[in-house]
Amino acid sequence: MLARIWALVIKEFLALLRDKKSRLVLIGPPLIQLVVFGYAATFDLNHIPYAVYNEDPGFASRELLGRFTGSSAFRQVATIRNEGQIAPLIDQEKALLVLHIGPHFTRDLLLRHPAQVQVIIDGRNSNTATLALNYVNSVLIAFDQHWAAEHGWGRPPAQLDIRAWFNPNLLSRWFIVPGIVALLTLVVTLLVTGLSVAREREMGTFDQLLVTPMRPGEILLGKSLPGFIIGGLEGSFIALMAVLWFHVPFVGSIAALALGLFFFLLAAIGIGLMISSLAVTQQQGLLGVFLFLVPAIILSGFATPIANMPSLVQDLTTLNPMRYFLVIVRGVFLEGDGILDLWSQYWPLALIGISSMAAATWLFRHRMQ
Amino acid sequence: MNAQRLRGLIRKEFLQILRDPSAIAIAFIMPVLLLLLFGYGVSLDAHHVAVAVVVDQPTGETSAFIGGLQQSPYFTPKIYPDIAAARRAVMARQADGILWLRSNFSRQVRNDQTASVGVLVNGVDANNARILEGYLQGVWQTWLQLRAQAAGTALIIPVVPQDRIWFNPALRSRDYLVPGLIAVIMTLIGALLTALVVAREWERGTMEALMASPVTMGEILLGKLIPYFIMGMGGMALSVAMAVWLFAVPLEGSLWALTLASALFLLVALGMGLLISTLAKNQFVAAQVAIIVTFLPAFILSGFIFDIQSMPQAIQVITHIVAARYFVSILQTIFLAGDVWPVILSNAGALLIMAVLFLGITWRKSRKRLD
Repeated sequence: MLARIWALVIKEFLALLRDKKSRLVLIGPPLIQLVVFGYAATFDLNHIPYAVYNEDPGFASRELLGRFTGSSAFRQVATIRNEGQIAPLIDQEKALLVLHIGPHFTRDLLLRHPAQVQVIIDGRNSNTATLALNYVNSVLIAFDQHWAAEHGWGRPPAQLDIRAWFNPNLLSRWFIVPGIVALLTLVVTLLVTGLSVAREREMGTFDQLLVTPMRPGEILLGKSLPGFIIGGLEGSFIALMAVLWFHVPFVGSIAALALGLFFFLLAAIGIGLMISSLAVTQQQGLLGVFLFLVPAIILSGFATPIANMPSLVQDLTTLNPMRYFLVIVRGVFLEGDGILDLWSQYWPLALIGISSMAAATWLFRHRMQ
Repeated sequence: MNAQRLRGLIRKEFLQILRDPSAIAIAFIMPVLLLLLFGYGVSLDAHHVAVAVVVDQPTGETSAFIGGLQQSPYFTPKIYPDIAAARRAVMARQADGILWLRSNFSRQVRNDQTASVGVLVNGVDANNARILEGYLQGVWQTWLQLRAQAAGTALIIPVVPQDRIWFNPALRSRDYLVPGLIAVIMTLIGALLTALVVAREWERGTMEALMASPVTMGEILLGKLIPYFIMGMGGMALSVAMAVWLFAVPLEGSLWALTLASALFLLVALGMGLLISTLAKNQFVAAQVAIIVTFLPAFILSGFIFDIQSMPQAIQVITHIVAARYFVSILQTIFLAGDVWPVILSNAGALLIMAVLFLGITWRKSRKRLD
């Protein structure tokens, strides 16, 4: 029996890798995407383009604006002289925000009146706008503290002393790159398994497989091993690149990550084979892969938090294997988790893996007639 | 070009679509399903963030501070007896951050000594942590203001920012995510509709039969393009209707600008599918390529969720080959800002170039030749 399965595994590898185009597709793009996405996917704002509309002749406004020019988070793109110039800059996305300082800014401050700065911001991308306003706010708070101390305004009764655990500089790359490990592993695994049965069915080689002495379970095992091997190798390589290339800290246990990867591959392959057994044509198989892959990635917590979703959608995500693996990867990379800390993530993954494998076997048998 | 032959080819394609209804599912069911799921599911607005609150010595001052937190819709504060318990809650992912008022808080506040309020956030999700920090700063500033008012003195903050948020004053993330989602979903639909249709004819041998007939290659390609274009526009119309009526995204721009931009984008998306199909000549490879080049680039490199301006220069250059990038920009502008022609025209120009390029290469590569 082992020899039979082994022969089938070899046949599957040949079918996958014999074609040069197919070989390229499985190995090249995931690695290119790792590098491109690793740099591209960031929520940190750099060089926020802003324009200055300063009507104040005094020194206080110059001091305040100096804090913006001195910060690498901001990049001044224009200085404007009248109100009418604001709209074109923002409309055409030349500047994300305009700092408008009124004519009495310095006078107000010297008279100990609170002075106002108007921040006009493009809200089209509300997340960018929220974060940019936070950045502006922290520059203003720093200016306020300095001004209050210098000019004897007294100190505020309390101050926030903010610290972040696990990711002290709040680099979103540390959050996203481990997520890419999960993302690309899922894509590669589905590429390998999602169409494999549908292809044989469409080409007619499926009937040939059926007249061999192999049992359906053995055929499925032979079809799932290439997914395990390719997915496991690429997943491990990408995790290694996250540490060596992107310098994301890895403080947890390798065994915990490996166990998580094993269960995740089991679930992904089970679902891939389920889609593959259901599809009659490769077009249906492709549709099935997309219908699983796209929600699995968008509703996984990869980019937007699960906690922000309505509770009905949150309940749906409990069926999503990617959701658990993301917690495992990030926990192991950043929070130093071991196997015992992640128990609550392992068992749902294993459950999804086992039940999808069982469903795939059942579908495979019932679709044979 | 012969109109009658073209009609025949289109009829044949429609018959094929009806026989394997997965194309109908792709054009009409997929956008509804995905938009429904993602329109509700994808949000960057954090509400009811669990914050562990530790008050070493409860007094009137501390409850005034905590009160701001309890009234804010952004937080669900939970009191923990000591800092160790709060740390355990963050470790167990039951809370996203800690607010710690130490035992000397009230004394320092009363004596004008500037008490230090400890804030610890779980930084793993850096974006969420930053948003949380911003919210907490808001609570702190409100508290300062209320205190000054109660004491009858002017606020001691020298500079007060006054925010004017254009286009999306409530900063609802859904308003910009839904137009972006439409671009991502239409990318998938365009590619899915056409990625396999030419490869399928090659693989099944029917391409040779077509070649033996008097139809020209241009007619074959148009015969593939027109039916899927009609279906794609139908899917697009459904998506826009859902955005406006279900998700209440304002549509500031004009409908005809939206229609024109969508038609242009659909040509690019379908053209990309046809090109993949023509080059691969093999459904398996075509399907794999379609999965790799459509979804993830449109998701990550289009500016739909990750701001392009913040990417490194080299990556910003790469984003120019992602068609969804131009469509996201057009959609976000037409929906939220209106018909801003400089933005729409420059992006539409890029889409036009891509459409000509994809369809042109497809046409050149598909000669009537067997090899």
